[in-house]
Amino acid sequence: MDIILDGIRKAFYLLFTFDAEVLGITWFSLKVSGTATFISLFIGMSVGTAVALTQFPGRKFVVSLINTGMALPPVVVGLFVTIFLWRNGPLGFMEILYTPAAMIIAQAIIATPIVTGISLAAMQQLPKKLRLQILALGATRLQMVRILIREARLSLLAAVMAGFGGVISEVGASIMVGGNIKGYTRVLTTATVMETSRGNFDIAIALGIILLIFAYMINLVLTHVQQRERPR
Amino acid sequence: MVVLSLMAAGIFMAAGSTTPVDAAPVQKNIILATTTSTQDSGLLDILLPIFEKRTGYFVKTIAVGSGQAMAMGQKGEADVLLVHSPAAEKKFMEEGYGVNRRLVMHNDYIIVGPPNDPAGIRGMKKASEAFKKIADSGSIFMSRGDNSGTHAKEKDIWKAAGVKYEGEKWYQQTGLGMGQTLAVSAEKKTYTLADRGTYLTLKKNLGLDILVEGDAILLNIYHVIEINPRKWPKVNAAGAKAFADFMVSKGTQGIIKTFGLDKFGSPLFFPDAGKKVEDLGK
Repeated sequence: MDIILDGIRKAFYLLFTFDAEVLGITWFSLKVSGTATFISLFIGMSVGTAVALTQFPGRKFVVSLINTGMALPPVVVGLFVTIFLWRNGPLGFMEILYTPAAMIIAQAIIATPIVTGISLAAMQQLPKKLRLQILALGATRLQMVRILIREARLSLLAAVMAGFGGVISEVGASIMVGGNIKGYTRVLTTATVMETSRGNFDIAIALGIILLIFAYMINLVLTHVQQRERPR
Repeated sequence: MVVLSLMAAGIFMAAGSTTPVDAAPVQKNIILATTTSTQDSGLLDILLPIFEKRTGYFVKTIAVGSGQAMAMGQKGEADVLLVHSPAAEKKFMEEGYGVNRRLVMHNDYIIVGPPNDPAGIRGMKKASEAFKKIADSGSIFMSRGDNSGTHAKEKDIWKAAGVKYEGEKWYQQTGLGMGQTLAVSAEKKTYTLADRGTYLTLKKNLGLDILVEGDAILLNIYHVIEINPRKWPKVNAAGAKAFADFMVSKGTQGIIKTFGLDKFGSPLFFPDAGKKVEDLGK
């Protein structure tokens, strides 16, 4: 048990002494996962909205695929992205394996189905009559979609949080495509794995706590935005 | 399609802002595939900054087991290897994947186990006899089981002991790195084979004793291998050579000699550049 207390102490020590390496890793983790979440929002919300608002044959099949995608194991994503990005692989010419860009791609692939699935559910939950009403008032299709997104924004924020939470806490893909390179592709989770195998349990616990603190602060802001206006 | 191009644009924007190094010539990057022990011991954290500062190269260290490191080399996905699995390395060289394999350093393996030593191997001189005794007593042996250099060495010792171990009830595999395997071993009070460096770095939390050491078969020898650019034209041959030269240079060997001395009271590695494998441990 002492080791957990040591870890907590170490976490605050590292934070309040502005330890350059830990702050660098923390900032980098937020940047990579933030960018990946941002990309997944574009794709996930578009696809989710499109599937929610249209009827087509095989729609149930597509929805089930999206929902399965929410359970994509990060390490499997990591494996496939690695194989594609190998120097001698199909996308090897891009030369981005073991770079932050590769990590962003992998994390975006992990977050996209999560955001898509939740967006889809959020848009579908809106009453059908709302759509008819908006159209009846003379709105174009694009205007209708914008209004619907605004109506579903509380649930869509939940999609952001779930997507971000999924990738910031993920380690399997990041270590495979990023390589945990010091000062370059090391994030909080991969550093935690490494410190654990080095036997530095206090630092490993400290990194875990720092990760939680930052995840909490981000979710606090998002929750604040979400709860500012409660649905009527 | 729009979505895809948006995604691509996002990635490149992000890549541009977070990877200044990529702006430099591509061949600045060296991919070093190595074993976990060189990273976990902290040795590379000392050596790489010196190398990078001196040469301007950027080393991407991928710390995996020796088996996986060589598999990366075989596919041309690494430029240079720092590994410790001599038999597999020889095969690797014979198949033409590597060039210029050079001896860098050694340390040794030790057989560790719970202090009460249920199999009674403490102080034995021959590792293979100690292994046989562990097997005969039915005490649990924890194997890495991950094709690492340590795993390969362990199999060599089983072979020398003439013991059938696969599928036996007392033979368990973690499939994890050395540090984690030692932790599992400590928790379950079992025997395992470890490299001395990792054992020393973790010793304080373990409660496992060194029971057998000093047998010639327990030598743990590290070589640096450059990947053959004729086989894989995309390999950064110049960078690989620069790194390999650096590892066997006088200055680096001097650092290796004293590394760990202050923290553990004994060095973790012994520099061997220019020596012959046959002369080690004498």
